[in-house]
Amino acid sequence: MGRLLLGLVALVALSLVSLFIGVIDLRPGALLQDPEALQLIAVSRAPRLFAVLITGASLAVAGTVLQMLVRNRFVEPMTVGSGEGAALGILLVTLYAPAASLFAKIAMGSATAFASTAGFLLIARRLPPTQPYMVALVGLVYGGVIGAGVTFVAYQNDLLQMIGVWITGEFSGVLQGRYETLWLAAVAAVLCFVVADQFSILGLGHAASINLGLNYRQVMLFGLLAVSLVSALTVVSVGIIPFVGLIVPNIVSRMMGDNLRRTLPVIAMTGAGLVLLSDIVARVLRYPFEMPSATVLGVVGAVVFIWLLYRPARHAP
Amino acid sequence: MPRRRLIVLAVLFVASAVAYMTIGARGNWGFVLEFRGAKLAALCLVAVALSTSTVLFQTITQNRILTPSIMGFDELFVLIVAMGVFVFGMTDYLVVTSWVQFVVSLVLMTGASLLLFGTLLLQERPDLMRMILTGLVLTVLFRSLRTLLVRMLDPNEFSVVQVSSYARFHQIETGLLAIAAATIGAALIGAWAMRHRLDVLSLGREAAINLGEDVRRGTLQALFLIGVLVSVATALVGPTAFLGLLVVSIAHAVTPTGRHAVLLVSAALISATTLVGGQALLERVFGLVTPLTVVIDLAGGVLFLVLVMKGLKR
Repeated sequence: MGRLLLGLVALVALSLVSLFIGVIDLRPGALLQDPEALQLIAVSRAPRLFAVLITGASLAVAGTVLQMLVRNRFVEPMTVGSGEGAALGILLVTLYAPAASLFAKIAMGSATAFASTAGFLLIARRLPPTQPYMVALVGLVYGGVIGAGVTFVAYQNDLLQMIGVWITGEFSGVLQGRYETLWLAAVAAVLCFVVADQFSILGLGHAASINLGLNYRQVMLFGLLAVSLVSALTVVSVGIIPFVGLIVPNIVSRMMGDNLRRTLPVIAMTGAGLVLLSDIVARVLRYPFEMPSATVLGVVGAVVFIWLLYRPARHAP
Repeated sequence: MPRRRLIVLAVLFVASAVAYMTIGARGNWGFVLEFRGAKLAALCLVAVALSTSTVLFQTITQNRILTPSIMGFDELFVLIVAMGVFVFGMTDYLVVTSWVQFVVSLVLMTGASLLLFGTLLLQERPDLMRMILTGLVLTVLFRSLRTLLVRMLDPNEFSVVQVSSYARFHQIETGLLAIAAATIGAALIGAWAMRHRLDVLSLGREAAINLGEDVRRGTLQALFLIGVLVSVATALVGPTAFLGLLVVSIAHAVTPTGRHAVLLVSAALISATTLVGGQALLERVFGLVTPLTVVIDLAGGVLFLVLVMKGLKR
């Protein structure tokens, strides 16, 4: 409990720091006197903060859920095809129905993300459970193939720039009125927490789940839907953010085990903190210019992932 | 039998080269031949460098799924070029233009790849899947680091990062052609001289030691050659994800043999035919704007998945 509180304090502190970083000089004192300062917070800084927190938290939760569905620790939505699938759907809508509303894009993106994630699950099921790395490898290549498909369509239609916006996640474009759909991802994450126990059981495998009276197909379907929705919303609003869904669940699981009812809040918090930290770094590294947060996360995440791969096993293999 | 198949492959290659040189050519033939000839030479150099480095890598790792590109070799080279710019302020960071920059990058790349991949390959008990996963993650790491560096140098440039991520078979750095040809030629002679030792190395560690081959030395020598070949190919066209995998898999299917004397030649011919013919088709016949490499990525990725799934059944 103490650790949870400490994490919460750190997250709040980081959030405050995030509010006061930016090209326009803004000091906490100014909030009391200057109405323009409040305006700045309301239009730009606060939406950005919320977008970062929601993205981090919901991606970490979606990653955990996906890892339970696949029963593999080395997969995450943004690299096994969900993110790329969402980008493909959004791209197709942009091409064939340019006038379509944001919700149409999200619906289509979710549908294609659902299809591609389900496709990966079907492939993963045929892989031997004794080779956990194989599942991750196949997932990466599978995501890469869908990504190449997206690039192909984009190149042919001269939409590469647009694709870049979705492929490289960053938060500089987040303003009031342009990110609110992301709250749906927060809702999805909360719903996952509501049925957290069932995901824990799902992670035990098909036979064990049915033995324990779980409606296996239903929970599986719900998990897939949640992962697809979160992926599509993230890709539409900020772009692909790598590694959060991968390393956060792993680290938390190492420290606290796999009782999702207990760990999901910590996972959400850690995910939010990680993305927030990388967003802050991305903003100050080359001030006043911004780096994409996804790039900062790519560096940090890759290093942590390699550490996870090569750390000595704590238990007998 | 392999001899006849090699002859067929050679004929196919010549046909694709002729097609590349002549389709849609108008006007002054002297100019066309010179302009396209330089590109054709560069494409062939890249093709042979890629196929040879892939064959070498698959031999020292004893599997047919790994390629230098999948393990992050070419992204490492692009990162090293970007680092050179960041540290020494060389002007054009996306393409290697001067031969000084070329040589410096080449030396750094060869050293770094020997250190990094030598450590990975010469582990006590290498776990293949973990190694591939490491390679894929290293690729992401190198790419992110490069993006970060380029953005630090020039925060407004977005498209250049994007463009430099794909191989450019249609606009090749022909200015480096002479030095690239010399380097690749030397590396190819080295690989050819190793061909019988490669046959032995491909049998596996125990068998190779039994037959009197120093596995450690052979692996490091092959890694050195791979580093050189990948550097030059990447300097000419940029990263080429799945091309090596694609052409070497085809070579294994067309000429099923353990003899590198045959395999190296057939892979080189198939690679050159794929690149030259594919480029001719894409550019001249279909008029597609998509770089060939994206198409190859698509095909190569699917092939990779099929290979893995087929390997499971066996």
